[in-house]
Amino acid sequence: MVRKSSIASMFAGSPVKPLQQHMEKVCDCADQLNVFFKAVKKKDSDACKRIHKTIAKLEDAADDIKVDLRAHMPNSLFMPMPREQILDIVRLQDKIANLCQDISGIMTGRKTELPDAVANLFISFVERAVLAAHQAQKAINELDELIETGFRGRQVDVVQEMIARLDEIESDTDKLERKLRHAMFKIEKEYPPLDMMFLYRMIDRIGRLADVSHQIGSRIQLLMAK
Amino acid sequence: MESVLVSHASIYIGLAVIFGLFMAWGIGANDVANAMGTSVGSGALSFKQAVLIAAVFELAGAILAGGEVTATIRKGIIDVSALDQTPELLVYGMLASLLAAAIWLLVASRQGWPVSTTHSIVGAIVGFGAVGIGMEAVHWSKVGTIVASWITSPLLAGTMAFLLFRSIQKLVINTDDPVAMAKRYVPVYIFLVGFVVAMVTMVKGLKHVGIKLPMESNLAIAVAVGIGIMIIGTAMIRRIKIRPKDDRDFHFANMEKIFGVLMIFTAMAIAFAHGSNDVANAIGPVAAVVGIVQSAGEIASKSSTPAWILLLGGGGIVFGLATYGHKVIATVGSGITELTPSRGFAATLGAAVTIVLASGVGLPISTTHTLVGAVLGVGIARGIGALNTNVIKTIFMSWIVTLPAGAGLSILFFFILKSIYS
Repeated sequence: MVRKSSIASMFAGSPVKPLQQHMEKVCDCADQLNVFFKAVKKKDSDACKRIHKTIAKLEDAADDIKVDLRAHMPNSLFMPMPREQILDIVRLQDKIANLCQDISGIMTGRKTELPDAVANLFISFVERAVLAAHQAQKAINELDELIETGFRGRQVDVVQEMIARLDEIESDTDKLERKLRHAMFKIEKEYPPLDMMFLYRMIDRIGRLADVSHQIGSRIQLLMAK
Repeated sequence: MESVLVSHASIYIGLAVIFGLFMAWGIGANDVANAMGTSVGSGALSFKQAVLIAAVFELAGAILAGGEVTATIRKGIIDVSALDQTPELLVYGMLASLLAAAIWLLVASRQGWPVSTTHSIVGAIVGFGAVGIGMEAVHWSKVGTIVASWITSPLLAGTMAFLLFRSIQKLVINTDDPVAMAKRYVPVYIFLVGFVVAMVTMVKGLKHVGIKLPMESNLAIAVAVGIGIMIIGTAMIRRIKIRPKDDRDFHFANMEKIFGVLMIFTAMAIAFAHGSNDVANAIGPVAAVVGIVQSAGEIASKSSTPAWILLLGGGGIVFGLATYGHKVIATVGSGITELTPSRGFAATLGAAVTIVLASGVGLPISTTHTLVGAVLGVGIARGIGALNTNVIKTIFMSWIVTLPAGAGLSILFFFILKSIYS
């Protein structure tokens, strides 16, 4: 006759761990994007296909965590951070994985090649955007420490610093994007217009990758402000 | 009338002891787990250590500080002076209450309802008193105070836990060197645990075991107890190995190890507090029956609770713990994994102090509800990842269900017993 314990049933699973696990998978996805662009530069279409499959698989795994996390976030939870903010962060993290999958999917499908004149610039642009995702992950990984300190004191400063660094990376990415667009503009007439149009679209999405990472930082800032 | 009591004396006492033991067994088997759950769940205690601490300190609490609440259950709720002519009614009523509470708890456990032992027994006694004897037989003002304490105790525990947690945030967690600060301040908190528990016990509990000391010696002994366990605690902290690499994943792992020591003492305090308050649920009615029967019908409202009855209750709790409760502690403990020792400490000490204070002034309160209030207090300080607020709803439900159920059953048994013996 074990009586149901009110004390035990009072503790719900904290969303922080699954949130961090989700972000880990998302960053794995983003890392693959770096590898993917190197393969594109080498015009290794087999590798591209393989890497795209890996990205799709990682995105799937991240999706499972996301669905599970959402299912375990009922309205009745009392948390040190608003439920809406947590759900919003998951949505943004999810977007990063989706963007990676989109980019690699479209480029694999269209057998996109990078013009030699901009290939290196492209790769460093992607690397910088992926770095933004990693910086956002760093901040996400501090969430359990933030709860430990009750969102107060030095720990808040530590995370603020991480987010400041994220800001820098994001504006770096913007600069690289402008540079890349300028370089593309110079050579775009030498290539088929449709291919060029799609490459511009890819630049858009890579830029968004950094943007979304940046937004995750802003959400964490909101958590700390309350 | 006396002849009924005298001729059935051994039956009445025998029944009371059996029912009381069963209730005590139930408390040890089920309720202790809630009190110890936060300590096991935070990882500060292994489950075996928790069972050992629970056994020793539940017993100590029951014997040393259980007298005041026992007195309330025994003679505080029913106005015994109205029963001068028919003392056997009180015997039937108390037996009926024990039986009602025990059966109700058994049924509720089967159904998985979270019910409180305290509420069951108080509901049962009020029930037979109001219906079986008469509305005027119930000390309504005392009942009012008890019911009010069921609301104030979680609030008080929550406030204390909140303040305790904020104090460790300020003094330890949010400093440049949390480990060094924890080493400095944790002994102070250990002193606080020992001092408060010892003080309340000295002032309020010990008179029931026949010891009465002047205030100054109470204070001196409480300070001595506090310093004594502070020295033990400091020695334990010295033995902790601080490994910087443990902080790589979670930056506060080493600090939490030091709070783990504090948690051991807090676990002792809550076991003591629980024993001092909940033992009365089992033996309060027993003490009433024994008191009436032994004085052969004279309802002695002055005499104190015999020590052997307190021992009976404490022993019953330990027996319940040994035969069944250890399993429940493991289950409850493994269900609480989100709690770190620093939070577990704040919540448990907030609850323990509240319960010990309630025991001191003779108020029977629910340990579980007090602890729930304390955990919420830490949650409000943004200290816990996620809490299920549905639990608060189930607590209200158990309130609404337990009181009438306990009352109804005890009224039923009261009339059955009455018709058997007269």
